[in-house]
Amino acid sequence: MKVTLWGVRGSLASPGADTARYGGNTSCVEVRGDDGAVVILDAGTGIRPLGRALPPSVRRIDLLLTHLHMDHIQGLGFFAPLFEPQVEVHLWGPPSTTLGLRERLMRYLSPPLFPVRLRDIPALILHEVSDDTFELGELRISAAPVCHPGPTIGYRLASPRATLAYLPDHEPALGAPDFCAASAWTSGFALAEGADLLIHDAQYSAAEYAHHLGWGHSAIEHALAFAALAGVRHLVTFHHDPAHNDDEIDRLTAAATSAARPAFRVTAGAEGAAFGLG
Amino acid sequence: MLSAPATQKPIELILARQLASYLAMPIFLVDAAGTLVFYNEPAEGILGRRFDETGEMPASEWAAVFAPADDAGCALPPDKVPLMIAHVERRPVHVCLRIRGFDNVCRQIEATAIPLIAPAGRYVGALAIFWETAQA
Repeated sequence: MKVTLWGVRGSLASPGADTARYGGNTSCVEVRGDDGAVVILDAGTGIRPLGRALPPSVRRIDLLLTHLHMDHIQGLGFFAPLFEPQVEVHLWGPPSTTLGLRERLMRYLSPPLFPVRLRDIPALILHEVSDDTFELGELRISAAPVCHPGPTIGYRLASPRATLAYLPDHEPALGAPDFCAASAWTSGFALAEGADLLIHDAQYSAAEYAHHLGWGHSAIEHALAFAALAGVRHLVTFHHDPAHNDDEIDRLTAAATSAARPAFRVTAGAEGAAFGLG
Repeated sequence: MLSAPATQKPIELILARQLASYLAMPIFLVDAAGTLVFYNEPAEGILGRRFDETGEMPASEWAAVFAPADDAGCALPPDKVPLMIAHVERRPVHVCLRIRGFDNVCRQIEATAIPLIAPAGRYVGALAIFWETAQA
C-alpha cells in the first residue's frame, strides 16, 4: 500500500510562511491499496487538495473518520468527489452513545455552519463503526476506541504484506502511572502492535503536555514510548500543534528522538510525504 | 472487534482502572469474562494484600476467596456476591456483607456494584465500590 500525508496539523489549520515545510492543513491521509482501493483517513482541510488530485477514474472512495472534532471533518464539505454523482463515497465513523453518525454529521453539514445539507450530497453512504473489523478490497480494517475526549477510534489497516496504524488523536499517558510499561493497559496498543508504519499524535513537547493533561493528545516523548512498546518499525509524528512552526517541529522532534534513542525510524509528518509499505 | 483481546483491555476498562487508581474509595474491577483484573490501593487495605501480589484472578476464585457472609454471618454463595450479581445479571446492586481479607481479618462492608456497558450495549466488565463499616 502507499500512504500519503495531505494534512498533518492538529486542532486548527495554520497556513503561513513559517509552517510551509510541514504544512498547515489538518488531518488527512490517503491510503492506496495495491488492488487500487482508495481509503482516506480523516477529512481535515487536507482533504480538499486530495480531492482535486484524485484521478477521475476513481468510482469508490472509503473515508474513515476517527472522530468528529472539527479539525477532522472541516474539509468534508470541500471534498469535490462528494458532489460527483458517479463517485460512491462510503463514510465510516463513530456514533455517540445517544446520536447516530448521520445526526452527528448533520450538526456541521447544515446551516448555519455550512450551506449544503448532508441529505443533498448525492452518493454518500454512512457506516457506523466503533469496535469492528471489516474489509475494503484486500485491506483488513480494524477499528477500536482509544483514549481521547468524546467517541474516538483509531484504525489499523492490514494488507497481506504490510500494516499501517493510525492514531492521530490519542492520549495513552492519561492517568497511567505505569505508562508505557503494560501493554494490556495501554490504550491503542492492539491497533499499533507490530505495525510497519504508525502515524501517531505528537502534538506537544513534554513541558507543554504538563499543561494540557486530559486534552486528548500526546507529547512527542509519549509517541516515541508508545511506538517502542508496540514494536513498530517506523513512527510518523502527526497532529502537530498549530503553535509550532517548522523550526520548532525540527527541534522538538530531534531532541525527543535523541533522548529516547529508538530502535525504529522516526519521521516528523509533513504534507506531501509518501511511504510505500510492503 | 479487534482480534487481540489478550494483549489489550477495552478502552472503557482501561479508563475505569485509571479512575479507580485515583480515587480514595476501595474499588474492585472485573473484565467481561469475570476475571478480577484490578483493585486499587484503598481496596488493598480492606483485602489485606496488594494487587501486585495477587494478580488477576478468575471469578471462580475471587467470589469465594474472601469468605463472603451476610449480616448474620451465614456464608454467601458466589452468585450472591454483589460484584458477581453485577457481572452475571448485568444490573446494579448494593449489599451489606462481611468478608475475610487475605490478612485473615473479618470486616463488615457495604458494596455497590455496577456493570460497565460500553456503546452499542457492549459489556466490558463490572466494578464494585466498597465501604468498610466495621471490623466484625
